[in-house]
Amino acid sequence: MMGLVLAPAMVASLATCLATVPLFAVNPFTEPVGVVHYLFVGAVLFTAGIACMTLKRNALGILMGIELVLNGANINFVAFASPYLRAEGAPTLGLDGQVVALFVILLAAAEAAVALAITLNFYNNHATVDVDRADDLKG
Amino acid sequence: MDLESLLPTLLGLAWLLPLASFALILFAGPRLGDHGKGAAGVATAAIVGSFVLSLLALVSWVAEHPVHAVAHDDHGGAHASADGSADGSADGSADGSADGSADGSAGSPDSHDAPSSHGSESAHQTVDEGAGHVGQPVSYSGDWYTLYEGGRLRLTIGWYVDALTVLMFVMITFIATCIHVYASGYMHDELHDITDHEVHLADGSHLHRPGRFHRFFQALSLFCFSMLGIVIAGNLAMVFIFWELVGICSWFLIGFYYERKSASNAANKAFIVNRIGDFGMLIGLMALWGALGTLHFADSTGLDGHARLGLFSLVRPPEAGHAQWVPDGMVKFAAAEKVKAVLRSHPEDPRAGVEQVEAKVEDWRDEGYGRWLLLVAGLGIFCGCIGKSAQFPLFVWLPDAMEGPTPVSALVHSATMVAAGVYLVGRFYPVLTPDALLVIAYVGAITLFIAATIALVANDIKRVLAYSTVSQLGYMMLALGVGGWLAGLFHLVTHAFFKSLLFLCSGSVIHACHTNDMRKMGGLAKVMPWTSGTMLVGCLAIIGAGVPFLDIGLSGYYSKDSILAQALLFARENPSHSILFYAVAGGAMLTAFYMFRLWFMTFAGQPRDHHVHEHAHESPPVMVYPLVALSVLAVVAGWTLPGGFGIANMIDQARPAGTGGTELGGLLFRAFTVPAEHASHAPDIHVTASLTAFATAASGVLLAAAMYVWRVIPPAAVAAAAKPLYTFLANRWYFDEIYRFLFVLPVLGMSRLVSATDTGVIDKFIEGLAWGAKQVAGFDAWLDRTFIDGFVNGTANATWHAGLELKKLQTGQLRQYVMFIALGTVAIFVLAGLLLHSSFAG
Repeated sequence: MMGLVLAPAMVASLATCLATVPLFAVNPFTEPVGVVHYLFVGAVLFTAGIACMTLKRNALGILMGIELVLNGANINFVAFASPYLRAEGAPTLGLDGQVVALFVILLAAAEAAVALAITLNFYNNHATVDVDRADDLKG
Repeated sequence: MDLESLLPTLLGLAWLLPLASFALILFAGPRLGDHGKGAAGVATAAIVGSFVLSLLALVSWVAEHPVHAVAHDDHGGAHASADGSADGSADGSADGSADGSADGSAGSPDSHDAPSSHGSESAHQTVDEGAGHVGQPVSYSGDWYTLYEGGRLRLTIGWYVDALTVLMFVMITFIATCIHVYASGYMHDELHDITDHEVHLADGSHLHRPGRFHRFFQALSLFCFSMLGIVIAGNLAMVFIFWELVGICSWFLIGFYYERKSASNAANKAFIVNRIGDFGMLIGLMALWGALGTLHFADSTGLDGHARLGLFSLVRPPEAGHAQWVPDGMVKFAAAEKVKAVLRSHPEDPRAGVEQVEAKVEDWRDEGYGRWLLLVAGLGIFCGCIGKSAQFPLFVWLPDAMEGPTPVSALVHSATMVAAGVYLVGRFYPVLTPDALLVIAYVGAITLFIAATIALVANDIKRVLAYSTVSQLGYMMLALGVGGWLAGLFHLVTHAFFKSLLFLCSGSVIHACHTNDMRKMGGLAKVMPWTSGTMLVGCLAIIGAGVPFLDIGLSGYYSKDSILAQALLFARENPSHSILFYAVAGGAMLTAFYMFRLWFMTFAGQPRDHHVHEHAHESPPVMVYPLVALSVLAVVAGWTLPGGFGIANMIDQARPAGTGGTELGGLLFRAFTVPAEHASHAPDIHVTASLTAFATAASGVLLAAAMYVWRVIPPAAVAAAAKPLYTFLANRWYFDEIYRFLFVLPVLGMSRLVSATDTGVIDKFIEGLAWGAKQVAGFDAWLDRTFIDGFVNGTANATWHAGLELKKLQTGQLRQYVMFIALGTVAIFVLAGLLLHSSFAG
């Protein structure tokens, strides 16, 4: 069930990202691996995360989508900060990207703890983790 | 201490003690002992203190100025000069210390005796030269506190002390002491809740109220303070202040049982009638203040160090041997047109104009300018005395004032306050012109006759005494008016003693019988021996009982004889005014008749009402002691000791300078003479007067005895025989009715008219305005509700419905929100990209 939903999400996101390829000035598939390729992977992950959050009704699935979004961003940070992926003499960010990535991981863990606690509570009250049932804040 | 600073200190303290007592009772009244019982102690202690201080003042006065047998001989002059030198030295020291403490705090020695101010040397000379006949009275005056000083106008709290002041202090405080003691027994009903049987409530029951014991003594203390204030006052403004204060005290005390309609009416009547007299007094004050710029009796020195002449030396300048003349200020005031003309004729040199005015004052005075003003001033002040001393035509309040408790009647409405008018006429005597004196004499004569006739038929024991008081006050006024300055004031003092005694005795009777009606009394002498005995003394004193040729008698004998003698002298000098003498003589007979009618009806014969008689009892000792003390004084107050010491001779020390001689009048009346008082001591006058007095008094007593003891002439038959006269007198000459018809009803009618105008016209107009305003407001309200409220409500409605629509967006669906966020972000990026793209392209 999960795979059934996730797969089209992944496909859709990949397709979306591929659709942006003509916007680039060079062909990524013929270029050596550089920052753009990492960004591409990050974008796929990010889009997949968004799709997951949007489409899944299971609270745990939504949490997974959040992890995907965060890690998509993390890849971008790390890619921009990596010394191997830039030209000689280009201005550097030093280790900032890695530090922020670690920070994001930390925050993701904390957020997951809180979110899981909320989910558990919700389950205790409603005997389900279906977020569509969690519409008490409806206007 | 010399007398100059001792007297104001002693008398000032004696004056202020009752004020302290008043303040204490005012603030702590009900907490003073059980039900405020201690208030009597506080008030009595204060007045006893005042009495002791006054006695000290009297003793120190007599020690300094021995009272001689005849004060207007050379001895008087010698004293005046000796006193003058003593004053000179006192003045020197006073000047030295006055520089530092200029503001005249209480007792500070910035006082100046009349002849010791600037330019005093010439005054002393005149006094010494003229001392043989017109002795300068010994007096001390000064100011405790200056209220206002500017230009020639000056208002102060000051004192004017002479023998009369000291004597009045002793007299007032002594009687007040007796009455305080008496009242602490008489008012004991007020110590607990009482039921007033004379007040009927709407439901038919009687009024039940808490006792007001302390309130009574509070008002009594305030009254003593005010009365002493009149006596010690150094200027007319101060007299006026305390004049009004005793008026309000009288109002408090008459209205003590204010729940009774009769008492509150009587209090209001007394107050309002007195205001009429005080209006005249204000006119007199304004005449003096406007024309002379001073209200001081004696000469004084201002804060600026300038001497200012007082009324006495302005009207009777010492340089002219204290002969009365119209002061410069009044001449200029009356000749204002001429003064203006003179000043206008010297436009280039104002000083020359002023000098010319000064030069012409003498001529204008001779032409008679200002004489009317002086007369108006004197008669104006006398108007106040008419009200306060219950003279015709304003005497109607005094009999009604008997609604107050009897001690009040004894103190306020017979002995002291009502005598204040006589006192003021005596004090103000130097300023009164002969014409004013004749008016005073006639007013006194009319009063004494009317009041005496009404007293003949009155049946209320207190009302008989009240009319007797009015009549005796008429005597005093008449005496003053015919030149008997000493006689009038002497009678004032003796009358105070025996009339307060009579009132206290009547109070004792009322206390025992619980009724005022003499027709229910009779035969009380056996059950009330002390009261009847002391009252007999009082009756004998008031009719002037004495032995003519031995010249021994009760106090009233001396004073009444001197009044008769003076009236007789006046009648001989001015035959056209001899009716004054007949009024006095006839009044003496009427007095004897009604006083003994009272005594016989009350104490003699058989009891008329056994119910009353059975319950009658002698009063407690606290009420009897004051009776005895007062009766002793009623006997001896007129006596002159072998050395010459006596009240009469002491009063004579204060005889205003220049008033002992013969005066000529003739502004209002045909020419007449006010004879010198000492001429009435001539043997033929004196003996005739004594015999007349004896004969009239004896005939009055005999007539009363014939009617009420021996029953030879039955009173009812007399009343029936002279029915119209009896009715006329029993209705008090219809004075109340006439006044009601002449004054009260028109005023009431006018107030009804004004009230009708108020409700009919003014109120209607105001109501119309209000109606119009209401209509406008209604329209405003409609506008407000329709448009402004509509706009506000419409806005709120729109917002509300918009909110209702918008809330549908809030589905609570988490995934939808994420979708919105994602799509929104994409949309923003796309839009931004497009915009940027187009702008770059552009």
